[in-house]
Amino acid sequence: MIEKNLNIALVDDDNDDRTLFELAISRIGIPSQLKMFKSGIELITYIRDPAIRRPDLLFLDLNMPNMDGLECLKEIKQDPGLRDITVIIYSTSCSEKDIEATFLEGANIYLNKPSDFNDLKKALKRILALDWQYQNSTLNRDNFLFRL
Amino acid sequence: MKIQVKFDVQLICKNLLIEKLDQLGVVYRLNPPGGIEILQNLDKEQKVVLFHELNTSGIEVIGDQQLIRVQKVKEIISNLVRLDTFDESMKVSAHIEEKLPYTYSYLSRIFSETAHISIEKFLILKKIDFVKELLTEQNLSLTEIAYKLNYSSVSHLSKQFKNTTGFSPSYFLNLKKQLNITG
Repeated sequence: MIEKNLNIALVDDDNDDRTLFELAISRIGIPSQLKMFKSGIELITYIRDPAIRRPDLLFLDLNMPNMDGLECLKEIKQDPGLRDITVIIYSTSCSEKDIEATFLEGANIYLNKPSDFNDLKKALKRILALDWQYQNSTLNRDNFLFRL
Repeated sequence: MKIQVKFDVQLICKNLLIEKLDQLGVVYRLNPPGGIEILQNLDKEQKVVLFHELNTSGIEVIGDQQLIRVQKVKEIISNLVRLDTFDESMKVSAHIEEKLPYTYSYLSRIFSETAHISIEKFLILKKIDFVKELLTEQNLSLTEIAYKLNYSSVSHLSKQFKNTTGFSPSYFLNLKKQLNITG
């Protein structure tokens, strides 16, 4: 079937941010499953397990202890089995340097963490809908770059 | 003893499909490639059984009629964007209605339901996708692209690009160039 639930993963070391994210996703109305991780290492261990269904899209915080978002992104994009996952950088940083660096490492979307819950919901809805088009239409994935 | 076999994949798939459908006892007609017309009314439960049986045997059901119609609308839009005669003022609704035997309001509704995006937004996404391609692969200038895709002005194109992708066209192009060097 073309229509399937989107499999979403979030990596964020901040407890409150994870809770808000989960709530926002549940209110959007696009069928999806969400898995959340507290660190990049936790995520990498999980998605390397061949028994699991790989996420379709991955939200990645940048500032995290031990393995930060950028390192995590590099690790994923270097792995041929994981390279196709849509990666969304989900960070409070709006420095052009971070934005450019993550795109150059292969991130598909850059999202500044909105401070307002409704804005977060709107942004997530747009991203889920967008990713869905790239998975199910003849859109060119090589050019899949967005900044929201 | 060792033997080597050769598969006629088409035939095997067709036979498997026939076997499955016969087992389920539905009345059907095959419209190759890949089309199956069910010639009887199935209730919800029978539909579930049918989809399940097919999906678990390596055959993938592309879905019901709604999904197929949405897929057709997507194809029409994809072709439309690339038409040489694409005109911004062209009524997309009329163009789609001309090609499919349904009203635009119906198609618009099922499109939003299944694709999670409106037809209008999908059209813009598709257009910008094409603009990206023209920018990076064919090295056209923004002026040339605006003319080719019948935008009323370069600034309109620029604005739509920025609204959709979050980048200005020049920033995007710069990023892509750097990506090509590093990647």
